[in-house]
Amino acid sequence: MSPLLEVNGLKKHYSLGRPLFGHSREYVHAVDGVSFHIDKAETLSLVGESGCGKSTVGRAVLRLFPITAGEVRLGGERIDNLSAGRLRNMRRKVQVVFQDPVSSLNPRMRVRNILAEPIKNFGLVRSRAGLNARLDDLMKKVGLPADALNRWPHEFSGGQRQRIGIARALAADPELIVCDEAVSALDVSVKAQIVNLLQDLQRELGLALLFISHDLAVVEHMTHRVAVMYLGKIVELAPRHELFARPRHPYTVALLSAVPIPDPKAKRSRIILKGDVPSPINPPKGCRFNTRCPFVFDRCRSEEPELRPVEEGHLAACHLNDQPVSESQLRGVEAMARRIW
Amino acid sequence: MSTIEVHSPIDPSKLAVVHPLPDVLEPRKSRRLLIGFFMGHPAIAVGALLLLLMFCIAILSPYLGTMDPTQLATWKRTRPPSAVNWFGTDMLGRDIYSRVLYGARISLVVGFSVAFCASVVGLAVGLVSGMVRWTDGIIMRAIDGMMSVPPILLAITLMALTRGSVGNVVLAITIAEMPRVARLVRGVVLQLREQPFVEAAITAGTNMPLIIIRHVLPNTLAPMTVQATYICASAMIIEAILSFIGAGVPPVTPSWGNIMAEGRSLWQVKPYIVMFPAFFLSLTVLAVNLLGDGLRDALDPRLAKRV
Repeated sequence: MSPLLEVNGLKKHYSLGRPLFGHSREYVHAVDGVSFHIDKAETLSLVGESGCGKSTVGRAVLRLFPITAGEVRLGGERIDNLSAGRLRNMRRKVQVVFQDPVSSLNPRMRVRNILAEPIKNFGLVRSRAGLNARLDDLMKKVGLPADALNRWPHEFSGGQRQRIGIARALAADPELIVCDEAVSALDVSVKAQIVNLLQDLQRELGLALLFISHDLAVVEHMTHRVAVMYLGKIVELAPRHELFARPRHPYTVALLSAVPIPDPKAKRSRIILKGDVPSPINPPKGCRFNTRCPFVFDRCRSEEPELRPVEEGHLAACHLNDQPVSESQLRGVEAMARRIW
Repeated sequence: MSTIEVHSPIDPSKLAVVHPLPDVLEPRKSRRLLIGFFMGHPAIAVGALLLLLMFCIAILSPYLGTMDPTQLATWKRTRPPSAVNWFGTDMLGRDIYSRVLYGARISLVVGFSVAFCASVVGLAVGLVSGMVRWTDGIIMRAIDGMMSVPPILLAITLMALTRGSVGNVVLAITIAEMPRVARLVRGVVLQLREQPFVEAAITAGTNMPLIIIRHVLPNTLAPMTVQATYICASAMIIEAILSFIGAGVPPVTPSWGNIMAEGRSLWQVKPYIVMFPAFFLSLTVLAVNLLGDGLRDALDPRLAKRV
């Protein structure tokens, strides 16, 4: 059985505009060769720091812009090169929930009209009564009272608006929902509500989720598999337990070590990455992480590591996985980590 | 590579106590009464009241004890205000009170026509420029060119090309003021098209024309209304200036600019000829500007920085 969503070698380069004279064009390599798949009713989380291209991947899957290279398949069918007419049917299957609950709802439309828009566009109901029944059902699914339908978005709190956003995504009866930092703007208790709601809906409706987030705590709670992105590439992709217990890429290790622990006495080793993310206009040669990696050696600067399986279902792109790490090298790294801490 | 001990992150379900949502939302606040709204926005109340007064004067001018504003009476030229001629008479013996009251018609017609026409044209130009990317460069350079000439100068130039009439004055000022609206709308549209709710509408299968009508247009109306009031005030002043320098409506038509132009040479001895129309013009422009400021604050406080 083919996976629900398949992304192969996805690239998205943004042009920085043509200079007035001369031909040299510069490109931002926002996403530079990303491949993954999502099965039915599965959650894949895309994590990474700001600007690593995770949102761009989500938008490419939503077909909000044409991609530079690669292919996106939905249910085995390519969707990255569909014409506008054929695209429409595909759009129904992939919906989105955005980060900002304020700007993701049109302030000049009542909730009823916001939710009715996809239902009418995709011709999912035949009559007015059918529409109303469906709207009531949506409200029930996301846990909002039915009288919310006749209100304006500004009458709701952030968490309630996010529920409306989820209801809009569900209205189209999708198979995959892209959650682009869907809970990042919410405070902790509301965040938990929304995360639980998404999980319930996934179980109930068999939804697949592409969960884009920088919040590893939430990711660990709700995902099946995790893909870690750095500077436009996936550096590690593994099932949740595998990734959190045995990360195989130094960047993942650094990310995990940065997750706060709610215990002031807890002792741990932290890896503090120095410097900034290199510019995606001129990504570094070799491994993209080589400028900040505490384990860097010569090969990393010349040869780009491929994303290869290191265990069953666990992919990582790091040269360290190829060669046995010498005992002295390891001790050196640990000592460094301790000193920094 | 050996693994480094990593502490398990937080489990949000253990941390947060999840409260169920109430079944019924708080009852909606009853729609604020008109009086309450005006109490909250005194600028709008004062501006609207003054403007309403001006409208009444313009519409009811034949019934407000006026005489024919164009009737000459050479035997009673430049009389000071009296019981018969409330604001006095001008160099040709015409009643200034009547002329000022009738002059309100020209100012209001020009002000509101220009505000309307400039908004409609500017909205169309701004929408095209903001939504159709390849036209943006061309349109905006043309707009920049128009804006490099001060609107008053542009209007004078345009009036020099044609005959003086109310229609031509409206047209000239509209052309001179339209770029401001176009630029504002373009800016708002560029901002709106990146909004998540527009992207959500695209994924919801809404086509481009509907996205413009449903999601973009309604959100440009508030800033545009505010801009329109400013243009209305500015158009009234430009109209008066055009009339004052003789490039506006024909001199026989009573307009505030015309009356002031005629009283200009006698300003030092007979100041009331200039002062009455000037007072009415100031009052009307003040009313419109108050209304604009109030609307801006009421519709969108963030706009205060932009316009």
